[in-house]
Amino acid sequence: MSGVWVWIEHNGQEIKSISKEVLGAAGGIAAELGQPLTALVFGDDVAGPAAQAFDLGAAGVIGCADPSLSEVRIETYGPLLAREAAARQPAVIVAGASIPGRDLMGWTAAALETGLAADVVSLAVADGRVRAVRPVYAGKLQSDVVVTSDPQMFTLRNRAFAPAEATGQSGEVEWVEPAVAADEVSTEVLGFESSAGEVSLTDATIIVSGGRGVGGPEGYAPVRELAEVLGAAVGASRAAVDAGWIPYEHQVGQTGKTVSPELYIAAGISGAIQHQAGMRTAKVIVAINKDPDAPIFKLANYGIVDDLFKVLPSLTKEFRKRLEG
Amino acid sequence: MKVVVCVKQTPSTTAVFKVENGQVSWDDPGGKPIVLNPWDEYAVEEGIQLQEAHGGETIALTMGSEESQEALKTCLAMGCSEAILVSDEAFSGSDTLGTARVLAAAVRKAGDVQVALFGKQAIDGDTGQTIVQTAQQLGWTALTFVSNIVELDPAEGTITVDRLLEEGKQTVKARLPAVISVVKEINEPRYPSFMGIRKANRATIPVWTAADLELSGAVGAEASQVDWSEVSALPARDTEVEIIEADSVEEEARILVDRLFEEKVI
Repeated sequence: MSGVWVWIEHNGQEIKSISKEVLGAAGGIAAELGQPLTALVFGDDVAGPAAQAFDLGAAGVIGCADPSLSEVRIETYGPLLAREAAARQPAVIVAGASIPGRDLMGWTAAALETGLAADVVSLAVADGRVRAVRPVYAGKLQSDVVVTSDPQMFTLRNRAFAPAEATGQSGEVEWVEPAVAADEVSTEVLGFESSAGEVSLTDATIIVSGGRGVGGPEGYAPVRELAEVLGAAVGASRAAVDAGWIPYEHQVGQTGKTVSPELYIAAGISGAIQHQAGMRTAKVIVAINKDPDAPIFKLANYGIVDDLFKVLPSLTKEFRKRLEG
Repeated sequence: MKVVVCVKQTPSTTAVFKVENGQVSWDDPGGKPIVLNPWDEYAVEEGIQLQEAHGGETIALTMGSEESQEALKTCLAMGCSEAILVSDEAFSGSDTLGTARVLAAAVRKAGDVQVALFGKQAIDGDTGQTIVQTAQQLGWTALTFVSNIVELDPAEGTITVDRLLEEGKQTVKARLPAVISVVKEINEPRYPSFMGIRKANRATIPVWTAADLELSGAVGAEASQVDWSEVSALPARDTEVEIIEADSVEEEARILVDRLFEEKVI
């Protein structure tokens, strides 16, 4: 059992940001364990991401390029990852806790009959094994996690780790064959409708979020204006989503999305524990609320106790002046 | 057509947690501390809709202790035709793979199941892993984060679904049987009817134990390969809030923007 493996997500040209973070975290673990870092790059055309994996610190790349791998599917990727891991016996396998990452790692861990810890926010090495921390009970508590079997498998939460830095290194990809013949696959992807355009909440470095205090659907106008000036994503509390003021995809919190931006501006959000569970790991939190006793102020770095309809337009104006001036 | 909905009993979303010496306890001063996992309500609703559209039966199934019967009663009250409690001391402390082995064995025992439905994850463990691991154990197709069943053709043995992924909506056609996890966008779960609640309260829920199942591998605490026994409270955000006050809101905005530039978060 030796080696730290990272499964790479990419768009055919470039490695996605979540996998750059995984490479960064796994690189640290590999160095501490004194073991090589290997990237697994699968897809239709993977030359670009494979080269980038070397640049981002991988000592080796196991590549598989085949049209049957153009979409991430458990049925094609799972048996491939499991076959390589069973043959080469890595000590650790890590991937991003994205939907494809969680699916692939869950399936592969079951196939390899080993343990997997999901959605990890911190990694360390103790006594030659990986020690992870992950949120549990919808982010209200956390737990130390140790995988007692080999390989030790982990998925890492988006934006919880610093991305790997370019090293300028290159290397020779080791190519392997797909594990499942194209005509044996039980699924067929018929289409994909991209939601690109709006800034995605989980990738956003800045989020401007509105809650009950916005008062109605039109109350999101000042929230959106500020978000636009900052290139930020628009978030919402459950109360606002339940009231039908803004679609569910904007909901931050226990039954919505968990986010970890650099800056989270909460306007008219009281900060119920369920909302906190989804945003408390933001680096800087700004609370704008008329109620000085709102729980959100206990979490915030900066607060303004005033009407969001006065504060947000003033902030928009001030940011516009600084950023465009 | 036979559908199984795999559910879990979890703490409520409003539960307040306490950790003492690694022991987790919780209470919900405002309501029921233990509920049917909120994400599972969408799976139960979808199962009932499939039963209404295609006939056959929709069986709610849970692995848990005796008290998990409550979650199953909610499923019956909503309209599931049957409920099964899979319960044995030998199952307790299972990791996700152990749980998947138990659920897969129970689905096999239920016989001739075409679709096994799950919520996208349980709000206590939050791994979302048991779904694909159950699919792996069954050797079935896994379709996760499904927001719409576009078409289900039991005769042809195929299903077409929309999956809500991070970057957009993917439409996939798959061969049945399949394990499917659903997201909130898929439907609006119904409230249990008065008749449904009465029926559920009178129902005797069969219990399957380890002896009833053909397990494909080890389960329970002994076999668990993930040790997450060291649960703790979240570290407090070590921040002290600075309330920005000035003579005008414009001045307050200016000060706040200054601070945010100093923090290098812009």
